[in-house]
Amino acid sequence: MPNMNPEKQKMPEQAPHIRNKNFKEVALGYNAEMAAEEAQRCLNCKHQPCVSGCPVNVHIPEFIAEVAKGDFLAAYEIITSTNSLPAVCGRVCPQESQCESKCVRAIKGEAVAIGRLERFVADWYMENHKDEMPQKPASNGKKVAVIGSGPSGLACAGDLAKAGYDVTIFEAFHTAGGVLVYGIPEFRLPKAIVQKEIDKLSALGVTIMTNMVIGKVLSIDELIEDMGFDAIFIGSGAGLPSFMGIEGEALVGVYSANEYLTRINLMKSYIEDYDTPIKKSKSVAVVGGGNVAMDAARCAKRLGAENVYIVYRRSEAEMPARLEEIHHAKEEGIVFQLLRNPVKILNDGSGKVAGIQCQVMELGEPDASGRRRPVPVENSEYTLDVDTVVISIGTSPNPLIRSTTEGLETNKKGCFIVNEDTNQTTREGIYAGGDAVTGAATVILAMGAGKKAAQAIDSYLKQKN
Amino acid sequence: MFKIVRKKELNDLVTLLEIEAPFIAKKAKAGQFIIFRVDDYSERVPLTIADYDREKGTVTIIFQKTGLSTKLLGAKEEGDTILDFVGPLGVPTDYEDFKKVAVIGGGVGCAIAYPQAKALHQKGVEVDVIAGFRSKDIVILEEEMKAVASNYYLTTDDGSYGEKGFVTDKIKELIEAGNHYDAVIAIGPIPMMKFVCMATKPYGIKTIVSLNPIMIDGTGMCGGCRVTVGGKIKFACVDGPDFDGHEVDFDELMNRNSIYKEREAEEAKTHLCRFTGTKREV
Repeated sequence: MPNMNPEKQKMPEQAPHIRNKNFKEVALGYNAEMAAEEAQRCLNCKHQPCVSGCPVNVHIPEFIAEVAKGDFLAAYEIITSTNSLPAVCGRVCPQESQCESKCVRAIKGEAVAIGRLERFVADWYMENHKDEMPQKPASNGKKVAVIGSGPSGLACAGDLAKAGYDVTIFEAFHTAGGVLVYGIPEFRLPKAIVQKEIDKLSALGVTIMTNMVIGKVLSIDELIEDMGFDAIFIGSGAGLPSFMGIEGEALVGVYSANEYLTRINLMKSYIEDYDTPIKKSKSVAVVGGGNVAMDAARCAKRLGAENVYIVYRRSEAEMPARLEEIHHAKEEGIVFQLLRNPVKILNDGSGKVAGIQCQVMELGEPDASGRRRPVPVENSEYTLDVDTVVISIGTSPNPLIRSTTEGLETNKKGCFIVNEDTNQTTREGIYAGGDAVTGAATVILAMGAGKKAAQAIDSYLKQKN
Repeated sequence: MFKIVRKKELNDLVTLLEIEAPFIAKKAKAGQFIIFRVDDYSERVPLTIADYDREKGTVTIIFQKTGLSTKLLGAKEEGDTILDFVGPLGVPTDYEDFKKVAVIGGGVGCAIAYPQAKALHQKGVEVDVIAGFRSKDIVILEEEMKAVASNYYLTTDDGSYGEKGFVTDKIKELIEAGNHYDAVIAIGPIPMMKFVCMATKPYGIKTIVSLNPIMIDGTGMCGGCRVTVGGKIKFACVDGPDFDGHEVDFDELMNRNSIYKEREAEEAKTHLCRFTGTKREV
């Protein structure tokens, strides 16, 4: 008999007033009893609507059935047959708009906590099988280069390595992991988990070359011609941060979210022992409404800022951030300034931020994105007293590869054009996926693209033989 | 890990390191830079490439030990390694079809001016070098510069060596004397570059400057290195580091570079104990 509780099993968490002063993980995870209890809520629907909501088609009802039985190892094996990064996905996927949005239980209550169960299974495995590493399969002698070690690159490399390819990942930073290490904070995704996934790839025989900026130190053509790679996957990420183009963006105290988060997450400026500096702020305005904005705001709070504001020009309903992030941010004392648009960053007279002038917006007719367009309310300007502004309004693709590679076509935004079925670019043997193709999106979509490309590369190279 | 194969102290504050980095050495061009990180706790710091040897597979950097990271780097010896060394980043200098160029270096900026003078000389361009220093004791790269320059002019602020005066006086004097330069390349402290640009502007001589703003990734991702050039936001790491000096907002750059000044001053007081600390033995 299924558990007919309309609500999800609650996730144990650090209390908001404690966690907003540390960088330890916010959500603590289910224990085995909670997981089994929650798993009983799954109706094991024959038509499996949840699976259709998952970009990598995790066999959701099957793994949940194993959790309900208490066979966590079997559950892990089911998940990892299609998803190589379950500990990551269980934490950062927007489940409410994917698998859980299709859950039958959500019609009359809350969806089954698929994400939390996925995380539980992955964490259980890490805890109970920590010393088990995958075996390196026999090599098939074919070489594939993967550019970038973010979610798409890791997923692509993992699948290809398992199929026997000699895979080399080229990473521009000094540490592998891409957005999982420089972007998503420790309190949402512990870096030890990412490192564990990367160690697994190494065990599978994947070579990781850090400090290699492809497009600069080596071109794509050199990888193919001089280094003998048979196929290439480009997962170079979203790239250059956008700014608003308003007065005062060059003042001291204005950061892009990329810079702010990289200083904190990758360079660990929040830990005394590390040298990279970060501004100690009293009041911070974060401009934007996505996950990155939530991450930046919550980091600012943890660094000791008394007042942290999210300034977003639409209403909460239009916010692209995960529900859980918005919820956590509010609990931690982040103040939401909704329907507010920055018009000018004020100078204290010595070149530093003295405040941000905003105007009140109201929602008008729907725009091209289908969301109601924010329209300024006349004479509604007011000033938020802040000493730091973090701009988190999106990114545009990095030009380093497209500007140094002939024949790789991009759309007008600068994203690589790919065949939707194979993720092949406009050049044979060169594939791309993740934010470099879609513009800023989610970890799981990038992973899905990496997996799809891996499969297409495998077919391409088999056919070529 | 990247091995230091040669170390030379150019003066009390300025150090030269030749580092084994074959991939970078193969591709490096004048005007490009690297980012180094000494150890796991260190910052990523950009430095312009001073020289490279494609056959030996080495890249030379010259730096002034002003901050914590450059001091840590300067404390390394021949045979030691540093953790990270990435490049070549940025766009190489575009020499168009210059026939005669004045290359101006200010202080440690000569380390970056030198590869420019050398590259131009190798292309058969006539190069006049103006090297400016505060005083005689900090003069660097005099012989190297002379070897690639048609004319080498050295100025010191206090007159202790070469001609007394500033590089801006010298470039004006040379232009007034009838030298026709297709371009001036000015590299040094921000005020020096700013004043050289002010000096050359009335003559309409193209003036290229190499900027060194605060930077993290060096690939366009963080936007920390944004500078205003011709009223537009440019990223020094992917659009530069060279820019048309007559278009650069130097005052803004100087302000932006001051963001961590207070913290740096704190570090200057405390770094010594960290040097002897157990965690960061150097």
